[in-house]
Amino acid sequence: MAILKVFKRIRKPNLYFTLVALAIYIIVQVLLSAGLLNDFWRGILFWGAAITMVSLGLNLIYGFNGQFSLGQYGFYAIGAYAAADITYRWVNSDASGVVVGFLGSLLVLLFFMGIGAFLKRFYGLLPLTKFMAYLVATFAGYFIAVKFLAPALGPTLMQLLGGPYPGAVGRQIVFLMALLGGATIAGITSYLFGIPVLELGSDYFGIATLGFTIIVKVLLDNTDTLLPFPEMKGARGMVGIPAWTTWTWVFITLMAVIVIMRNLLHSSYGRAIVSVREDERAATLVGIDVASAKIMAFVLGSVFAGLAGGIRAHDVAFLHPNTFNFIQSFNPLIIVVFGGLGSMTGTIFTGFLWIFVLEGLLRLILPPGFETWRFVVYPLMLLLMMLLRPEGLFGSYEVPFLRRLLPPIPARKSSLEGQSEEVA
Amino acid sequence: MTILPRPTMSPEVEARPVILEITDLTHFFGNLRAVYNFSMQLKQGELVGLIGPNGAGKTTVFNLITGVYHASEGSIKYRGVELVGLPSHEIIQMGIARTFQNIRLFSNLTVLDNVRIAYHPHVGYGIPHALWHGPYYHKREDEVTALAQEYLDIFGLLERQNDRAGSLPYGLQRRLEIARALATRPQLLILDEPAAGMNPQEIDELMELIHFIRERFNLTILLVEHRMRLVMNICEWLTVMDFGQIISRGLPEEVRNDPKVIEAYLGRQSALLK
Repeated sequence: MAILKVFKRIRKPNLYFTLVALAIYIIVQVLLSAGLLNDFWRGILFWGAAITMVSLGLNLIYGFNGQFSLGQYGFYAIGAYAAADITYRWVNSDASGVVVGFLGSLLVLLFFMGIGAFLKRFYGLLPLTKFMAYLVATFAGYFIAVKFLAPALGPTLMQLLGGPYPGAVGRQIVFLMALLGGATIAGITSYLFGIPVLELGSDYFGIATLGFTIIVKVLLDNTDTLLPFPEMKGARGMVGIPAWTTWTWVFITLMAVIVIMRNLLHSSYGRAIVSVREDERAATLVGIDVASAKIMAFVLGSVFAGLAGGIRAHDVAFLHPNTFNFIQSFNPLIIVVFGGLGSMTGTIFTGFLWIFVLEGLLRLILPPGFETWRFVVYPLMLLLMMLLRPEGLFGSYEVPFLRRLLPPIPARKSSLEGQSEEVA
Repeated sequence: MTILPRPTMSPEVEARPVILEITDLTHFFGNLRAVYNFSMQLKQGELVGLIGPNGAGKTTVFNLITGVYHASEGSIKYRGVELVGLPSHEIIQMGIARTFQNIRLFSNLTVLDNVRIAYHPHVGYGIPHALWHGPYYHKREDEVTALAQEYLDIFGLLERQNDRAGSLPYGLQRRLEIARALATRPQLLILDEPAAGMNPQEIDELMELIHFIRERFNLTILLVEHRMRLVMNICEWLTVMDFGQIISRGLPEEVRNDPKVIEAYLGRQSALLK
């Protein structure tokens, strides 16, 4: 009986969405196995998925929460480098990456929860005070992880999962921990960055996030000198990352991002997030904690970017700081605006389209030596788009699965007119 | 300057507990003294008006109560709890709700969602539930929707629950704003110029509405208004402000005939002429 009840709960759009998603998964998997999709188009597909995840994150921050952000590529870079470092160390017989990147990050999250509960007792704390508290917790957590957890757990973990070149299962576990580690590190960074900076108004916030992306890029240029990560090789680019990304991983992470974002947006938390975009003052004055709604959207959006970074890093197996240049950080912004602000459907469609056209189709169509013309073609497309359809390709349209449910209008029970006469 | 006390009402009213007590509230914007030594005491269930010419500081007082600004000096106590320094959303969650002079709806959201947002602090499920959409989430969402629909029903907005809030006509937008404010379950409702931009007939409807919600939800109401017709008709007593200070206080009849009020509203010349 209970199963039947659960079955009844399943809405038709959810069922259709699941079926379509599974069909796409199977078709692509078959094409890949049969060798019909060559490496070039496989790369385009995976790249498109990664960019889509990054852009969905930005749509959550900018489209749904109204916070204009250029920091998305910074978090993408952090997720990519962190996840790549974890697996790089692993295949070089060093489990410290997994321990610090994954377990250490969980420890920091635990600290954050403790501090959050503690700080709730104080009213009117300055954002910088909060920031300092969380910053200390971050350092403390990672210090413990590096000093004590890594030497203690590292060798055991390495043995448990089958050495630097683990079997199929062990490899997936390490990869999962690397992806989650990268995403969590991106999330922690965005939380720390967001506490003081989200207090700023929209435009100022945009500039501050632009600054963030530049800082990340410069730090990545100097990972071997300024930061203690010689394996990242600074501006020469990181090589030797295991290419572990498969279509299954791409599919699972993309679906996870879509479903998590959709579920959040349809819940009361989603309504709080959107109300902040609509009118911040009014949101506060119906009892919404605007600061926490903003930070929730910002951190989740950055986590998506970090996750996408991990996927991308293990697909191309090579990372270079120039890929995360601040000019690039406009890409997700363009995708989000092109697809329609506040439309998940638009972002998903445009994310894939963007990579497909720019990196796939135009490269094939344009004669050799004219590839640079791509950067003339796409701005022209943008210009036309803004002139002809400023609300974006999809406006605020959503496919039924992603659409907000409109509850049926119940029969009218009472009315003001009827009741007020009794009162008067 | 002598501090004007609240007028003595019937013994039944006087016996009720104090719900809002403002003492010596002063607020500066830079060098501009927007509110000076403002004091006021509200008893539970009263309907009180705050009036005054443009720029007298009425809305500033409201913003100070609801934590939009933090008062430079003085105290605001709601049921004995000091509000100065608290963030707005916590003040709202304590049971104070307000509307705005210029309507501030979430205009791209549906009418229903506008009201449902007000339940967010009481929604009772955590982020894991929100991400998973399990049975508990659906149960709570259904409850919240039903509650919101009850409010919409009272305000005659139920048929339009799935319309964009911004597409409603002006009068309905006002109603929706009041419905949204009431959905936060307040005990004290602050209305900032509810009759702004309304014609006489709409004002009559509004007066009915205010009386109705006051009875129905057992509210204390404080309202700022320009329109004398509304204020004189429904308020039990009035406070008059000018240049950030209280210049008169009393029953509507007393205030109407107070020469200081006439002077503030019509100017010195006409006061002399009278």
